[in-house]
Amino acid sequence: MTSQLFIQYLFAGITYGSIYAIVAIGFNIIYNTTGIINFAQGEFVMLGGMIAISLHAMLPLPLAIGLAVIITMIIGALIEIIFIRWLKNPSVLRMIIITIGLSILIREGALHIWGEGVRSLPYFNGNEISTLRIMGTNISPQVLWVIGSCSVIVALLSLFFKFTSLGQEMRACAANRLAATLCGISTKNMVTFSFMLSAGIGALAGCVVSPITYTQYDGGTPLAIKGFTVAVLGGLGNSMAAVIAGLLLGIIEAFSVSVVPLAFQDAISIALLLTILFIRPHGLFGSKEAAGLKEF
Amino acid sequence: MKRFFLSTVTLLALWAMASFFTMPTAAQAKTIKVGAILAESGGASFLGGPEARTIKMLADKINADGGINGDTIELIIKDSGGNPEKAISFAKQLIEEDKVLAILGPSTSGETMSIKKICEDGKTILLSCAAAEVIVNPVGKYVFKTPQKDSYAVKKIYMEMNKMGISKIAVLAGNTGFGKAGKEQLEAIAPEFGIEILAAEVYDKAATDLSAVIAKISANKDIQAVVNWSIVPAQAIVAKNIRQAGWNVPIFQSHGFGNIKYVEAAGVAAEGIIFPAGRLLVANTLPNDDPQKNVLIQYRNEYEATFKEPASTFGGHGYDAIMILAEAIKKAGSTDPEKVRDAIENLKGFVGTGGIFNFSPEDHNGLDIDSFAMLTVKDGKFALYTK
Repeated sequence: MTSQLFIQYLFAGITYGSIYAIVAIGFNIIYNTTGIINFAQGEFVMLGGMIAISLHAMLPLPLAIGLAVIITMIIGALIEIIFIRWLKNPSVLRMIIITIGLSILIREGALHIWGEGVRSLPYFNGNEISTLRIMGTNISPQVLWVIGSCSVIVALLSLFFKFTSLGQEMRACAANRLAATLCGISTKNMVTFSFMLSAGIGALAGCVVSPITYTQYDGGTPLAIKGFTVAVLGGLGNSMAAVIAGLLLGIIEAFSVSVVPLAFQDAISIALLLTILFIRPHGLFGSKEAAGLKEF
Repeated sequence: MKRFFLSTVTLLALWAMASFFTMPTAAQAKTIKVGAILAESGGASFLGGPEARTIKMLADKINADGGINGDTIELIIKDSGGNPEKAISFAKQLIEEDKVLAILGPSTSGETMSIKKICEDGKTILLSCAAAEVIVNPVGKYVFKTPQKDSYAVKKIYMEMNKMGISKIAVLAGNTGFGKAGKEQLEAIAPEFGIEILAAEVYDKAATDLSAVIAKISANKDIQAVVNWSIVPAQAIVAKNIRQAGWNVPIFQSHGFGNIKYVEAAGVAAEGIIFPAGRLLVANTLPNDDPQKNVLIQYRNEYEATFKEPASTFGGHGYDAIMILAEAIKKAGSTDPEKVRDAIENLKGFVGTGGIFNFSPEDHNGLDIDSFAMLTVKDGKFALYTK
């Protein structure tokens, strides 16, 4: 393998990886405050992209994306308030079924609103064929946008959870819900807020990846599966680990193409997920003790 | 009082409806029952949707113009959702209960093959809108189809490659029925044209980025062209990723690329893509002496004015199906199934959207390889490919 080809694969892998990671972070936020997996996370990604595309017809791009993120956050909050808030001590299984049902509902709704065609936002810089030359290979500027947004989100999130009182309250809910309630933290509001946050991050991800992957009413599910794989791979709840695991999976997938036919690409990522679940059920970077305390 | 008012209105409405349905039609003409099984919903709705809309539009138009030989068409459209099991039960229902003269559709090859024998046994004419060659080979007495054959698309591409001096190619295909069948045809026909396939890859129909596989095949410097065979959005992604990798290679696509939405999705990366398709997409740019030009422009304008969406070659397959049937009934001067069937089989020089149909007892498709034209994308629009 020439060094040029090596770098080309590496960049392809980083592209896949940052897309997976940005979706995985959304899973982690909700998991952190509620202990559940929101299987409708992929639909937030799709909704963000779709709403931004519709708004872009009348607004400039940054405004359309900003508004799409806000609208998706409101949808996320409404979903939590209508379907989840009133449940008393919901079991994990029940929550999974509710979120799967929601994802189907959102998908079918999107089919009725936007139809089955593919849409996409324009490239933020340049167009479909513009490339940057880095280390002798070509890479689309949009890839840098994806990687950039991913890093900014991770950095802001870690600051938010560490230094703001809201972030600390959310972490308190994750650590011990009863104790948090006793301290006067409204755990219900924190859960609503976590849905808003992850919907917003999902929507932003949907906008940034839209020029690369396109947005289609059923495009959320495959992304959610990969994002979930990455979240589990890194250790549920840990956003930094999700980024590393995402890049790892993306790069493995990209290099796998050089030895096996492309058709096996997904088989490799699923095999990896199964292996991790057998050998290290708490993920590559998760701690065994912490995982033992969680319900799921 | 309010309740009394409501029930009066309801009664009046019922009376009006009843009298409307029993109103005698002008000349007490017969109705010709025609069934249609189309995938209006589901994954193949981009085929069945335009087909169903086209057929409905044309049936209304024929009836408004006084019908065929004075008889009006009664259309019974069933939505199969692209599901062969549903197609089977609809076909049985249409043949046994509704006793239709003919069935238009189904939209997909799988559905057509599963009802081919039912129509043969029921002695009911089937005018399929699906592409696979097996539908009319071997010939079924009552089974016809309107789209061009897959193998013609492959041959047309290879002929163009021979002209351009291309002999070593890479093949990419989506993992759908269409992609797999196309890949098999490409591999089977290649030796005939002296073309060597150096790399063949299949990608998932939900693929979102193919830059890794493009890196892999572009590393082989012997490859002179890439052929992509799919109907999924990935055909736009392939073009983007090839150009983003700075690889300036000719890109060929299948007739599945004949949807302007994919050109819009690929943007400037779609420029210069070469693919075979019916002439409907370039109706405007055809020379005036082209025998199909008037038919194509008239259909396209009517469709676009009625439904406010771009016409596609798929709707054209529906056009051909109902117009061939109407023409045959007119020629036969009767609605006797046997006579209409014979009339279709002997139909020559019928100008449709897919090409000029010349049916015969051996050929129930009636189109030749020239029904495909080579198209390209120029400034975001389809254009005839000329060197």
